[in-house]
Formats: sequence, structure tokens, C-alpha cells
Amino acid sequence: MIKLIGVLIIATGFALRVNTLLVVLAAGLATGFAAGFSLNEIMAMMGKYFVDNRALTLPIVLMLPVVGLLERHGLKERAEVLIRRSKAATAGRVVLLYTAVRQISISLGVNIGGHASAVRPLVAPMAEAAARAQHGELPAKSVAQIRAHAAAGENIGNFFGEDVFIAVGAILLMKGFFDAQGVTVSVWAMALWGIPTALIAFAAMVWRCRLLDRRIARDVVAVGIDKTEGAR
Amino acid sequence: MKVITVEACYAVVGVYLFVVAARIAGDAGHPRRRGSALFWALLAVTFLGGTRIPAVVVGYLVVAMVVLAATGQVARGATTEATREERVRDAERLRNRIFWPALLIPATAVIGTLGLGKLHVGDVWLVEAKQVTLIALGLGALIALTTALRITGSSVGAAAGEGSRLLQTLGWSLILPQMLAALGGIFAEAGVGETVAGLVAQAVPTQVPWVAVVAYCGGMALFTMVMGNAFAAFAVITGGIGLPFIVKLHGGNPAIMAAIGMLSGYCGTLLTPMAANFNLVPAMLLDLDDKHAVIKAQAPLALMIFAGNVALMAVCVYRF
Repeated sequence: MIKLIGVLIIATGFALRVNTLLVVLAAGLATGFAAGFSLNEIMAMMGKYFVDNRALTLPIVLMLPVVGLLERHGLKERAEVLIRRSKAATAGRVVLLYTAVRQISISLGVNIGGHASAVRPLVAPMAEAAARAQHGELPAKSVAQIRAHAAAGENIGNFFGEDVFIAVGAILLMKGFFDAQGVTVSVWAMALWGIPTALIAFAAMVWRCRLLDRRIARDVVAVGIDKTEGAR
Repeated sequence: MKVITVEACYAVVGVYLFVVAARIAGDAGHPRRRGSALFWALLAVTFLGGTRIPAVVVGYLVVAMVVLAATGQVARGATTEATREERVRDAERLRNRIFWPALLIPATAVIGTLGLGKLHVGDVWLVEAKQVTLIALGLGALIALTTALRITGSSVGAAAGEGSRLLQTLGWSLILPQMLAALGGIFAEAGVGETVAGLVAQAVPTQVPWVAVVAYCGGMALFTMVMGNAFAAFAVITGGIGLPFIVKLHGGNPAIMAAIGMLSGYCGTLLTPMAANFNLVPAMLLDLDDKHAVIKAQAPLALMIFAGNVALMAVCVYRF
């Protein structure tokens, strides 16, 4: 039970809004000591896993110079011009279309997209522009919601398309686990049984995107009423 | 032998982080010049040195970065952003050409995934087949950058400056995903998973087949929330609850259990700040004031998909 102290530290620290890095370090030290490791052993684990997981940081750092450069030269503004020409575009539909492209492509084994390389420079600005073309200026709340949903679309598409493809990390990891336990399981069966959940996830996203569009419409009206009242 | 390894990509990132550190060190108007430059330089060292530096040394370097961040020594410098008028003018001048670099990134990913891993002359392979996704991403970024420089007519220094500006906007939260992954590693070595699996197995009447399904899916989601990583949860929860109860005791189908179990874990990923690269970093990248905004947008989705998973597994796992 004492080993769970790290989980407690994380929960408390996040709730109290202490510096997140400090909370994580404290949780690592406490858990390590509770399990009987020495300080140097904990530091060695920390260093090993930090280096092993450089792949988490790599895409963001590599993308930022090119994304920053394109943004400086009007990438978002051009995306807005294009999206305004499409009469059918709404914020929800833009996010949903991206989710579909992301989910289908990754289920075929092609990993395109990402928060730094697609959501920030393209998907979020296009979704915002679609909503602006529909409603005019947006309340800050709606802008934040659109962006958060664009990020959610990236995650949903990524997570729930991935396991349909057999040569992906998750399927190979499961296969490796069962092999080690002496249980025979086919990778094809595991990939096949990923499909129903992939469909459920997309259906949930359809519902969420429609709700997003309705919320934007509602909040735009609400803010509009405030403004006219203020004018009186 | 491999011509392009993933280490080469890390080295490029390391060199670039040094450039960022040097730019900050040379910026007399920076509010936290020394601390910030040191932070980015330390991160650069971990990227360049990687596994060649003893792990325990990296551990202490990480502690130094955390101390710098926690004491407020890592800040962003004052930078000039292009005005909206400038950007609109450039958008009108460049028209759709501005999209080319952005589209080259996924295009390189497609070509890379399909072909790069297979190119070789005798024993000399172009890229490491295992790491082809990351390497294709790295190549894509470089190709896109070169194209973007030509199309916009900017200098390499301008690109470095833009990247540095965005990196400083993210600040220390850039290393949060790696820190949390390291914490997950320590949790795993300390045996936190076995403790959680034991607690769940004790507390819940897993002798009932459908209860075992709920306990397994719930265990996957909960433990993924704790670890921030469904892969780490899989071995622990499947070993502790899935295999002994669903497969061995009740004769369930392991393929169905594993596939839907892993996807139940992903529902947990959607809900946890521990999965910083999916949930917190995007909120920073999108300039959202509420750093949990992405999690809040995902929460209803995660709960719906989770409920669907439990129902699906309860119906199918003992039948097929």
C-alpha cells in the first residue's frame, strides 16, 4: 500500500497546482524510497526513462521552427480564407473530417497529423474560421472550446484507429505479452476486435461535434444579447 | 549498418536546443537570461548525449532542470510577433503555396512508412526499420523547413527565431511528457501495478463472469490514468485480472479481451493529466488558459467509449 504514495502525491500536487515538474519529481522519489531504492538508483531510473522517452519531445521541437515560420507568413489567415469559401463548413464538421482522416489513415498504418504539425497550424484555425464565417465574431469561450475539440479529435482518431492495424506497437506488445505467458493469440483476431470500438469512438465524436456546433450557436446568441443590453 | 538513425534526429534536436539556449544567453533584455539559457542547454545535453551519458548523471541533470523550473528561473523572452496585417498581406501574396510545406510533412510520413524502411544496398540500410515513423517525421520536418524557407524567402535565422519563440511559450512543460514517462517507469519498477491489481482482485467478486469484465476494463482505465500510459497498464492488469479470471477461470477469448482491454486503457488516457503529451501540451500549444480544457472536452467521449467497450466485451468475450 505504501507504494501508492506516489499516486497520492500526484493527485494532491495537481489539485493544489504546485509546479507540475516538482510534483512529478517528488512522486518519483517517494515511490522509489517506499520500494526500497537508494537515491542514486532512483536517479539512474529517472535518467534512463527520461532518455528512453526522448521520442515524446522530438516531434514538437522539430515541428516548431517550420510551424512558426509558416504562421508568421499567414498560414492561419490563408486557411481561414479557404474555409470561408465552403458554405457547408462548420467548426464541428471540420474537426470531424480531420478525425475521420486521422482515424482511417492510421488504421492503414500511416501516421499523419499530430498536435504540433496539424492541429495548431491547420485544424484549429480552420475550425475557428468556419465558425466565424457562420456566426461572425466568436466569444472567447467558444474559441477555447473549438480548440479543445480539435485536440480531442486528434487524440480520438489516433487512439481508436491505431489498433486496427496489425504492425502497430499496441498489437505487437499484446502479442509479446501472450507469447511470454504461453497463450496463443492471433494478431489478426486482436486487430479485428479493435474495429467495433473504432466505430463506437467515431460515432461518439459525431455526437460531440454536433453538440459543439449547437453550443457555439447558443453562446454566440447569448453574448449577442449581452452586448445589445449593454448598448441600451 | 544504418545511414540515418533515430539518434541522428535526437542530435539535430540537441543542436537546435543549444541554438535556443545561445540565443537566450545573448538576449540582454531576457527577464531570466541565465536560468532559461541553462535550462535549454541542459535539455540539449540530454538529447545530444542520450544513452552515452550515465543514466544517474542524466537523473541529476533532470533534477537541475526541475529546480530551475520550480524556482521560476525559466521564462520566455520578449519577442516580436508579426502583426495581423503583415500576415494577411503574406497570405495574399503566397496564396496556397503556404500549404506546401505543411502538406510535405504527412506526405513524407506516408512515403517513409511505406518505403524508407526497405531501402538498402547490401548490409547498408538507409534507415532503422524499427524507427521509421520517427525518422520519417524528422526528415519531413527538415524537407518542410527547407521548402518553407524558399517559399517565404526567409533566412534560417528567422526560422530558428520563430521556433525559439514557440519553444519558450511552451517553456518547461515541454519536458513534462518525458518526466511523466520516467515516473511511470519508476512506478513499474517499484511494483505499483501489482499492488493495484491485487487490490482490485481482492475488492471485487471476480468469480462472476461479467464482474470480471467490469473489473478488467475498469482496472485498465484506472491504472492507465495513474501511469499515463495504457501500454504500462496492459501487462500489469492483464496479468493480474484478465488472464487469471476472464481467460483461465471463465474461459474467455484472449484476443477479444486484449483488444478491447487495451482500448479501455485508451479511454483512461483521454482522462488523465499524466498523459501530458496528448492532453496538457496541446492545451499549451493552442494557447488555452485552462490547461485541462482538452481533458474536459474528451471526458464525455471517454466515458461513452468506455461504456461501449464494457458492454461489447461482456457480450462477446465468452461467446466467440
